[in-house]
Amino acid sequence: MLVADSLVKQFGSFKAVEGVSFTLERGEVLGFLGPNGAGKSTTMRMLAGCLEPDQGTARIAGYDCVHDRLEAQARLGYLPEGAPAYQAMTPRSFVAFGLRARGFGGSALKRAIDLALERARLGDMADRPIGTLSKGYKRRAALAAAIAHDPAVLILDEPTDGLDPNQKDGVRNLIREMAPEKAIIISTHILEEVPAVCSRAIVIAGGRLLFDGTPHDLAHTTESRSVETAFREMTRAVEHRS
Amino acid sequence: MMKALHAVYRRELTSYFQTPLAYVFLAVFALTAPAFAFHVGRFFDTNRADLAPLFDYLPWLLVVLMPALAMRSWAEERDRGTLEFVMALPMPLWAATCGKFLAAWTVAAAALLLTFPMWIAVNYLGSPDNAAIATGYLGAILMAGGYLAVGQALSATTSNQVIAFVLGTAASFLLTMAGLPIVLAAVGEEAPVFVSEFIAGLSALEHYNGFRFGVISLPDLVYFVGLIAAALSCAGLLIADRRGGGR
Repeated sequence: MLVADSLVKQFGSFKAVEGVSFTLERGEVLGFLGPNGAGKSTTMRMLAGCLEPDQGTARIAGYDCVHDRLEAQARLGYLPEGAPAYQAMTPRSFVAFGLRARGFGGSALKRAIDLALERARLGDMADRPIGTLSKGYKRRAALAAAIAHDPAVLILDEPTDGLDPNQKDGVRNLIREMAPEKAIIISTHILEEVPAVCSRAIVIAGGRLLFDGTPHDLAHTTESRSVETAFREMTRAVEHRS
Repeated sequence: MMKALHAVYRRELTSYFQTPLAYVFLAVFALTAPAFAFHVGRFFDTNRADLAPLFDYLPWLLVVLMPALAMRSWAEERDRGTLEFVMALPMPLWAATCGKFLAAWTVAAAALLLTFPMWIAVNYLGSPDNAAIATGYLGAILMAGGYLAVGQALSATTSNQVIAFVLGTAASFLLTMAGLPIVLAAVGEEAPVFVSEFIAGLSALEHYNGFRFGVISLPDLVYFVGLIAAALSCAGLLIADRRGGGR
């Protein structure tokens, strides 16, 4: 469903991503872990077709993210870092804009909007300007726009950042609910999220892939059997080297 | 792809009216255009039933007001991070640039429509050549389109709307001034004729003058349509280049 093959991206002299490869199938939820500046968002942006790799290829549902970008993006839902959204729009009109740009119209448009707003649990906030909403609701509005067209692949860059515990739980439940039908990547700094939501975990640091396996296997790389400890040990070693 | 273009057009047009921008713009245009015509163009003193005093000064108003309308088009998307959302949508960038341009052009057309009391006044006071007036309006809307497209291209170069506005105004001013004797004199009498002719040929004012006098000529039409197409292509290429990430 999703293939990252030897992705390389450099900004000036800074190598953001150096040869990252992995695949993802339907039904998998992949936790994309790494410290700040590890290359998570850059990798996700390449997969979403927002950034072209210097080397390597990214494919969504068999479509190359550069050469068949429109086909690949039609099958993708993407929540960018920081969940950007138009402040003057309401969540309803924001979701509608994304769907219209994807060719939705008529009753299919209305159905998709209602379902997305309901799944993102926007409630009464659906018709208030996004600029007046709390951080949590803003993130939910952007999440609703990412899932509204029922994409086969979802890439969510820190979907629970800034949410309160109840809202985090709501987003995790939504991800679990959608998981059987989709291939989902979530990047997160909240390591407790990994065993709770993800069926697989990847650790990346310094632009390189350090671990690819189940959260259970990740935890068992250390004596303490803790994902947090495993993450710290792996990424600190890379930070010390650089 | 037309659905994507329409979606962008609809969003952009709505967003102009969701903030005070469109209302302030329309009010300023509706007040300043006649003010120029009455006070600078001496509308009533000419004793002619035409809108020449309006069309004479309109280009200078467009030089300032069109960049104000276009400055947000990409600079705001870059500043707010919504460009990432737009770039992840399965639509070609030409649909986004055209959608944004057409929305801004619609607001500009609405602003020009607000000068209709002057048209009513000259028809009440005399018997103007309404075909010539319509041609003048066609020239004004084409010139507005040219400046909007240039403004959009310059808005794609920065995430700061003020910088986009200053660049857009400077570019529109230069385009307007290019054919004036003062600019050609600055180029120097020693300059080859073809250089002077080329610079004069770039002048939006020169190409607008035909319309101002009620004449529609193919070269003038080609100039404005070409200017719009070239500037929108630049805007699209500048945004597309961001996928390279500074490669």
